[in-house]
Amino acid sequence: MKRNSVFAVAREAMRQHSGWRRTWANPEPKKSYDVIIIGAGGHGLATAYYLGKNFGITNVAVIEKGWLGGGNTGRNTTIIRSNYLQDPSAAIYEKARSLYETLSQDLNYNVMFSPRGVMMLAQTQHEIRGYQRTSHANSLQGVKTEFISPARVKELCPIMNIDGPRYPVLGAHWQPRGGSARHDAVAWGYARACSDMGMHILQKTEVTGINQQGGNVTGVDTSRGHISCKKLGMVVAGHASVVADMAGFQLPIESVPLQALVSEPIKPCMDVVVMANTVHGYMSQSDKGEMVIGGGTDAYNAYTQRGSFHHLEETVRALIETFPMVSRLKMLRHWGGIVDVTGDRSPILSKTPLGNTFINCGWGTGGFKAIPGSGWGFAELMAKGESPLTADFGLDRFRAGRFIDESVAAGVAH
Amino acid sequence: MLILNCPYCGRDKDETELAAGGEAHLTRFGPGSSDQDFEGYLFGRANPKGLHFERWRCAAGCGKWFHAARCTATLEVFGTYKAQTLEPPRVIKDAITAKRPGWSWRNFS
Repeated sequence: MKRNSVFAVAREAMRQHSGWRRTWANPEPKKSYDVIIIGAGGHGLATAYYLGKNFGITNVAVIEKGWLGGGNTGRNTTIIRSNYLQDPSAAIYEKARSLYETLSQDLNYNVMFSPRGVMMLAQTQHEIRGYQRTSHANSLQGVKTEFISPARVKELCPIMNIDGPRYPVLGAHWQPRGGSARHDAVAWGYARACSDMGMHILQKTEVTGINQQGGNVTGVDTSRGHISCKKLGMVVAGHASVVADMAGFQLPIESVPLQALVSEPIKPCMDVVVMANTVHGYMSQSDKGEMVIGGGTDAYNAYTQRGSFHHLEETVRALIETFPMVSRLKMLRHWGGIVDVTGDRSPILSKTPLGNTFINCGWGTGGFKAIPGSGWGFAELMAKGESPLTADFGLDRFRAGRFIDESVAAGVAH
Repeated sequence: MLILNCPYCGRDKDETELAAGGEAHLTRFGPGSSDQDFEGYLFGRANPKGLHFERWRCAAGCGKWFHAARCTATLEVFGTYKAQTLEPPRVIKDAITAKRPGWSWRNFS
């Protein structure tokens, strides 16, 4: 694989960009692999990458029903933060955030990580207390966050109206090294590095069945034939229950659509990410100038990847008091992704009832920020059978009552 | 916009007038049950891509809970029925069979 660099850009500029190669190979499936990962989204590709990089396991196939990064990886609002209340969450999200810091250099692929700062607005007394508590917890966890005053909020984000009649801004939980990254590039960068290590990325290959013998997985049936494997990782987000059903077990998960939208591109006006959980909207400005806006989930199960229209109106309406300029913006496009929501709103990275089979799912409405940490921990779990990062995220926690209760901590989906 | 007919007040209600209540026909387990049964009741969900039986409340209408049979892949509604039943009535089952021959859901078919 040719390395990307400023010299490569200069060289290609001189010869009319005729020398760029495909970012990843498009091979025919082999009959058998050591490890098969179902799902070539960010989490699946990151898992494959760290299996190769940290454990030398490169006889790996990443199988994808659609196209690479075309699910939630390409549909989220690209917010990266790690200001969680519970220790296990803070550990895995902060691992992810710290890996994002050097991911472009690590992958030799520009993921455009922009640590511009993330603020979560406190607009009720309850939120002030909640965020102050989280901020103290973060200090103990080694995650750098602070609770800032309304004046500081206004200074960091001048387009905000902080003294609205209904939802005044009373402060904010501020993580200066949070931010955003280019979501597609994260998937593409991992895919390029995996392909470079000799792994196979099989797009347009749908898994239709999971084969087992004596309680252990032996392979998968796909739309391109049977492929055997020694270990299987399921990393399919919204379709986790569907794939688990093929393997014969049930998950504590419900799949619902989550929507996002972007405005027409405008001049730079906002260089931080703002989340307003009381009114349930969040916004940032992309490098193209579009205001990227995310809202809440639909209330009922669906796999339609579009969601109910009234949520868009509710989301934009919620932001207008705090961001009056939104009322004069034209919205350019909107879309939905299917998020897999667990009972305690925390992910599942776990062994499963089927031997040599592992599942990484339940990231719900907040998976993008976790991609590198999730891949790091899940690869360790698959390679060694245990990982300190994933130990608390087992499937057995629902039976034991050891919830990682971020739904209560966040007050909303997160 | 999803529209469901409330089987109690008989009115067609938009989803904004309704409250979704999740999977229907769950078997309740409480004190004295096994951990596995209690976990299944609290958290285990079929979450199918396809036919789904679910609970709804006519929140901005008569206030009653009712059940709906709906497809999560196409958002097609097969019918709604009153909640005082342990399984879907024959008329709902027939309506599903007309659209999805050979369907099954947990113990129903």
